[in-house]
Amino acid sequence: MALVLNEEQQMLKDSAAGFLAEKAPVSALRALRDSEDATGYSADLWREMAEMGWPGIAVPEEFGGIDYGYVGLGLILEQAGRTLTASPLQSTVLVAATAISHMGSQAQKEQWLPAIAAGEKVVSLALQEGAHHAPEQTAATAAANDQGFVLNGEKVLVLDGHVADCLIVVARTAGEPGDEHGISLFLVDSNASGVSVARRSMVDSRNAAAVSLKDVQVGADALLGDLNEGSGGLSYTLDIANLGLAAELLGLSQEAFERTMEYLKERKQFGVVIGSFQGLKHRAAEMFAELELCRSLVLKALQSADTGDENLPALASAAKAKLSQVAQRVTNEAVQMHGGIGMTDEFDIGFFIKRARVAQHTFGDYNYHLDRYARLSGF
Amino acid sequence: MSEIEQFREETREWLEANCPASMRTPARGEEDAYWGGRNANPANPDQKVWCDAMASRGWTAPHWPKEFGGGGLDKEQLKVLRQEMARIGARSPLESFGISMLGPALLKFGNEEQKQEHLPKIVRGEIRWCQGYSEPNAGSDLASLQTRAEDKGDHYLVNGQKIWTSYADKADWIFCLVRTDNSGTKHEGISFLLFDMASEGVTTRPIKLISGSSPFCETFFDNVEVPKANLMGEEGKGWTIAKYLLTHEREMISGFGVSGSGRSLGQTAAEIVGTDATGRLRDSALRHDVAQFQLDSLAFGATMQRVGDEAKAGQGLGAASSIFKYYGCELNKRRHELNLAVQGEAALGWDGELYNNGAMPRAWLRSKGNSIEGGTLEVQLNIIAKRVLGLPD
Ligand SMILES: Cc1cc2nc3c(=O)[nH]c(=O)nc-3n(C[C@H](O)[C@H](O)[C@H](O)COP(=O)(O)OP(=O)(O)OC[C@H]3O[C@@H](n4cnc5c(N)ncnc54)[C@H](O)[C@@H]3O)c2cc1C
Repeated sequence: MALVLNEEQQMLKDSAAGFLAEKAPVSALRALRDSEDATGYSADLWREMAEMGWPGIAVPEEFGGIDYGYVGLGLILEQAGRTLTASPLQSTVLVAATAISHMGSQAQKEQWLPAIAAGEKVVSLALQEGAHHAPEQTAATAAANDQGFVLNGEKVLVLDGHVADCLIVVARTAGEPGDEHGISLFLVDSNASGVSVARRSMVDSRNAAAVSLKDVQVGADALLGDLNEGSGGLSYTLDIANLGLAAELLGLSQEAFERTMEYLKERKQFGVVIGSFQGLKHRAAEMFAELELCRSLVLKALQSADTGDENLPALASAAKAKLSQVAQRVTNEAVQMHGGIGMTDEFDIGFFIKRARVAQHTFGDYNYHLDRYARLSGF
Repeated sequence: MSEIEQFREETREWLEANCPASMRTPARGEEDAYWGGRNANPANPDQKVWCDAMASRGWTAPHWPKEFGGGGLDKEQLKVLRQEMARIGARSPLESFGISMLGPALLKFGNEEQKQEHLPKIVRGEIRWCQGYSEPNAGSDLASLQTRAEDKGDHYLVNGQKIWTSYADKADWIFCLVRTDNSGTKHEGISFLLFDMASEGVTTRPIKLISGSSPFCETFFDNVEVPKANLMGEEGKGWTIAKYLLTHEREMISGFGVSGSGRSLGQTAAEIVGTDATGRLRDSALRHDVAQFQLDSLAFGATMQRVGDEAKAGQGLGAASSIFKYYGCELNKRRHELNLAVQGEAALGWDGELYNNGAMPRAWLRSKGNSIEGGTLEVQLNIIAKRVLGLPD
């Protein structure tokens, strides 16, 4: 497939950029942070996004979506990365809708996908338990009983968990932590008895929660996908999730880079603009090269998701690893090249470095995906 | 017993008797440290007890001459004192720009009255100083500073603005670079003034950092009258003093690069991430990065020691000292970046007990300033290239 955006995709990208720059610039995230907003994103903005069809962009038409695919969603996430827009795009649209589309029964899809596509429901994946992303280490349990399953466990970094209507809980139905076999996924009502959700304030001022499950009874129909064999579907979901995060990191890095280049052309020291110093110029040119590589890799990986390419897992890990590495470099350089002002909260650059590290970490960091890429590449 | 061994024994006993238990734990960041000053507001009363005890022996500034309140220790004794403090985990009794920056410049360039007036108060932690160097348009190009000091006979009239002045809102006095003459090159006509922050016409506005705290300020001078006696060195010759002081500031900042004792990053990683059957860290990429960091830290520590020992052996301060600020800051930034990779989710929480109020990400963010404060990374590299390597401009 040609590595180029078609006219329609270009239009989507432009309109998303225009919309987000106007309605949800970085100052909107700052305002949410400073007012300690209880939701953590703007419900009005989310409604407007829903009117444009964004929550259903990758949802099949028969379930109320527009089935535009992951290249489309990636373009939107890239623009949301530029503006650091807080919304349920990641938790619900990128991750949960993918899991349900991919693994859900007809009834589960009918129940959840149209509601997600309409922007009416927030659903989130409750996966991580320890300090690091390690799906096969899942220790939360789901024990079968005559009414279905009883869930127990502790989860962290559940995106938008504090406002989610439903949680997709990854739990162990067989085997030991470390085993790929024995993992199952469950749709759990956030208000079910035994579920407690605590919002966590993270460095990026976005939304994450810790979820505790104590003897949570769910019906047999809560099982999402096959019993004990959830790893495959989860793995696919995580590939998509990491692709989306890579797209967001691309937008974020590109924006931080462009802002820095503007500053290099404007700030004067020693009677000249600082962009005339070779020590900065070469680093800028290197970053430009890295970002161009990133753009190609992200598009290629997104396309592979839409075409059902068998290389999707390797490409997803490659994209997440590369973007984590480059985002780290670019955001560090952005602070450094701004000098003192880059260290201040009044200036926006700090929001970029903060969001970058959380997005890098979420669903596996550079090290995790570098290793996975190597494994998937046969070494 | 040799004299130095006797000194060690006495020091050990004295520290044992005088260092409060709570001061035998590391301070949790800059804000938890004791800075003294007129408005000192110690988080823990032991901080003042510890500072006063150390100051009574001159050991807040152990290498300064006794006549100005310092400890009068020679290099050997200083080393012993540091070792003995480290042995019981004693924290530094006083964080002070007076000690780390102004003092050395005062000793070299101050007149007798200025030394008598200021040094003992610095040693005792009575007066807290801030550094008025940077201005909005004079950062890396510090010498282009424009804060004016007009000669009004018995005093200077100071007008202008400083920026990024660390703790200006908490400091009692400022050492400040001002322009007394505009006619020559930019390096000429700079003078070095000392004045009270309580003087009429001085105002400060705290600036919040990305780490969430507000250690630095904008500082404004509106017709501030500074007595002529507060000029340090000659009028118009302040640049030499400014540069000398910067070398001391940079030395202090390079210290951030020295890894503390206690558990290494690698050991912490092994605990959090786990090891395989052969004891190797499970995450091979992380293992590589942490190992590289630790060996660079080791080599950096050895370099600092070598330069120190060579100086003691009378070989002078080698060219290697020029890399300290640059390398130390880069190491410290790497340490914090790696700490994020090691700690994972635990290092991304911003508030709340569970995340220790975000101590880890805040320290990570603060470390980004290391390669900006006291002269940026780029400025340091330019200095090495020009002054040490002799490469042309
Ligand atoms: C945490 C912190 C505390 C501070 N505390 C104090 C204080 O107490 N008192 C005080 O006076 N100042 C203080 N400073 C200010 C500090 O000294 C300045 O920020 C620093 O000197 C850089 O100046 P600037 O911010 O104007 O950046 P600029 O000089 O504008 O630099 C912007 C970028 O351009 C680069 N650059 C500039 N010139 C060159 C060149 N010739 N070649 C290559 N690259 C170049 C810089 O390295 C930087 O990356 C503090 C700063 C920080 C971050």
